[in-house]
Amino acid sequence: MSVDPRLEPAEPNGGGPIYQLVEPSPWPIRGAFSALLLASGLILWVYDLIWPPWIVFSLGVLGVATTMIGWWREVVREAENHEHTPLTQLSLHYGMLLFIGSEIMFFVAWFWAFFNSALFPADQIQVVRDKVIGGVWPPQGIETGDPWVLPLLMTVILLSSAAAVTWAHGRLIKGDRWGLKAGLICGITLGIIFTCVQAYEFTHALFDYSGNIYGAVFFMATGFHGAHVIIGSIFLSVCLLRAFLGQFTPTEHLGLTFAAWYWHFVDVVWLFLFAFVYVWWG
Amino acid sequence: MADVTTTAPEARTLPDDRPHGWRRFLYSTNHKDIGTLYLSFALLASIVGTFLSIAMRLELHEPGLQFFSNPQYYNVFVTAHGLIMIFFVLMPALIGGFGNWMVPMMIGAPDMAFPRLNNLSFWFLVASFTLFTSSLFFAGAPGSDGAGTGWTLYPLLSTKGHPGPSVDFVILALHLAGASSILGAINFIATILNMRAPGMTMHKMPLYVWSILITAFLLVLALPVLAGAITMLLVDRNFGATFFNPQGGGDPLLFQHLFWFFGHPEVYVMALPAFGIISTVIATFAGKTIFGYLGMVYAMVSIGFIGFVVWAHHMYTVGLNASTQAYFVAASLMIAVPTGIKIFSWIATMWGGSIAFRTPMLWAVGFVFLFTVGGVTGVVLANAGVDRVLHDTYFVVAHFHYVLSLGAVFAIFSGWYYWFPKMTGYMLSETIGHVHFWVTFIGVNILFFPQHFLGAAGMPRRIADYPDAFEGWNYVSSMGAYLSAFGALIFFYGMAEAFYAKRPAPANPWGPGATTLEWTLPSPPPFHQFEVQPRIA
Repeated sequence: MSVDPRLEPAEPNGGGPIYQLVEPSPWPIRGAFSALLLASGLILWVYDLIWPPWIVFSLGVLGVATTMIGWWREVVREAENHEHTPLTQLSLHYGMLLFIGSEIMFFVAWFWAFFNSALFPADQIQVVRDKVIGGVWPPQGIETGDPWVLPLLMTVILLSSAAAVTWAHGRLIKGDRWGLKAGLICGITLGIIFTCVQAYEFTHALFDYSGNIYGAVFFMATGFHGAHVIIGSIFLSVCLLRAFLGQFTPTEHLGLTFAAWYWHFVDVVWLFLFAFVYVWWG
Repeated sequence: MADVTTTAPEARTLPDDRPHGWRRFLYSTNHKDIGTLYLSFALLASIVGTFLSIAMRLELHEPGLQFFSNPQYYNVFVTAHGLIMIFFVLMPALIGGFGNWMVPMMIGAPDMAFPRLNNLSFWFLVASFTLFTSSLFFAGAPGSDGAGTGWTLYPLLSTKGHPGPSVDFVILALHLAGASSILGAINFIATILNMRAPGMTMHKMPLYVWSILITAFLLVLALPVLAGAITMLLVDRNFGATFFNPQGGGDPLLFQHLFWFFGHPEVYVMALPAFGIISTVIATFAGKTIFGYLGMVYAMVSIGFIGFVVWAHHMYTVGLNASTQAYFVAASLMIAVPTGIKIFSWIATMWGGSIAFRTPMLWAVGFVFLFTVGGVTGVVLANAGVDRVLHDTYFVVAHFHYVLSLGAVFAIFSGWYYWFPKMTGYMLSETIGHVHFWVTFIGVNILFFPQHFLGAAGMPRRIADYPDAFEGWNYVSSMGAYLSAFGALIFFYGMAEAFYAKRPAPANPWGPGATTLEWTLPSPPPFHQFEVQPRIA
């Protein structure tokens, strides 16, 4: 392995800078210590150790939120100044794919918890557990809703939303900015409707969150999915705002691409939830 | 290599373009500065972790309770020692420290792909350590402070057994440490896949870069599962969920499955970068290229892969059915094959080489010996039948300290002595380095080898006291611990001496065997190197 001094250095960016080297930034350390406030504040709140109990937690949330806004505004500014070299853009693609990969593994944990109960409800060496579940899934005494009413509706809403976002993306590539905005507005609206339907579903569920494994698995798995729908809706809303500000070009629109990827990931997780939690073992 | 002097690319960097004052480190976007932060952090945390282990060996020095009048505090020390050494010493040093310093230089890049994210990873770790340290001062089990759950955090000990907030601090500390590692791993993967200089194909990458790449994939895939598991723990503890509570239909074994699905790859997260360092150092000081480069690469890939499908060998005694145990025995034993490839390749690299026993090489050869001992006891423990007897005894403690405390730590010292001249521009004293090595090597073997005998005789781990019958080897083991701690003092003395003596290091102090790109740069390297891509011959 050696640098070959006989060859000219490579210049793949037509003589422009190959790498984006960023200046020192206050955001990472602010973000990390806001997360520290958020985490310790959560404990102080739950155990009621200070007064007012929510104060540190709220400071943490505020810190995290302002860090996200400030940091990403800087990134958007860099994008608009064309500081993201082709190599940086490729790196960002890898980064987003891997982030979604890690999110998938996070959901693996919740599906693992689900299948652990749904596939093996009758593990008789665990006497107490066996008595509570009763060898069936959903456990004895748990009444679930009809999968072909609300859950089916939610599936249709989410899939339509994904179609709208994909359509918006396609229109942008064709140079149709009206289509971009219209598609995003449809997608975001459907996302918000999904969240509202889920809120209705949660408040009208026939089982509790606490005290039984079905409620724990159901509300945590679908609840984390719901949280990701809200995050995705915010992501898409930022894209809509940027579209109205005249940002994104048919060839350069990483933010929109990543929002769409994220939205499809949320979609696929829902399909698994719908198939297994609602339909198969519903 | 001799024809490679520092050529044009990095000369463009002006000498005074680095930020000054506190912003340089707190706001850093430079891979070397962040690497330095990681290494310093790991060094500080290792002092805490070592102090905890010495306190435990003092307690076990003789039968009876000497220092821990409430033995729960012994459990707290065990837990803190394990978590600190894994999350705040080994991982930050092996991946964050050396990885940040060396990977961009080794692939001919000026920095990491996401420099700000890199800094976020580091400060998340500081936040995590703050949370973890706080856990020691909040109520845990009834009548004591701190979490005495072991690093594994098994429920119901970690739920009903620890009603105080202490375990919640540990859980959230692990969440932040996990976020730190995931983001760092994403950064490494993007950097390695995307920022290699033209000509450096994947199959030309230095083995240390390969080891970091595979480690990063393990982190991205394993840590989110731990995040899920400890989130379940958190909601079980605080919000009435029953994931692990049988009285609500929950399953305590679910936690163990999720934990070890993360926990076993985590073992390789600590071992693979060590493999990478050892391969680099042995090739350098044998004066040869590594034997069987491709075999070494794919041995690491297969160790990483198989590492994901062997987790339940940590759970043989929980009541898994016989066929499940049979599968996990077979899968676990299979890891011995790629690991054997690595051991024999290291030996074959040394075979017929002109070996220079400089300090890094001593540590590397020490690593090969100790890791082999730990690997062989691992083969013993992988058998479900044998594990019935040895589970949760000191045999297990001896086994994993041979691979981690002796294996991974020896690799860190090897890397430290190898790259110190490059990082600081100063040469360490060979004499002090040799003394440090021999004191440590003898110390850790006196410390851990007798624990095999204690374990085989049935001494259980994680208990502050033991029957008089175990007195002899415990006494020997404690003596080894004091000797090892003395070795750590020599290490600090050696570092102080190097900074005091200021012997300037040349660009490549190790001769023609050191073929990776960092040795083509001056010592210490410029703030950003290779801003114009070099071409790799």
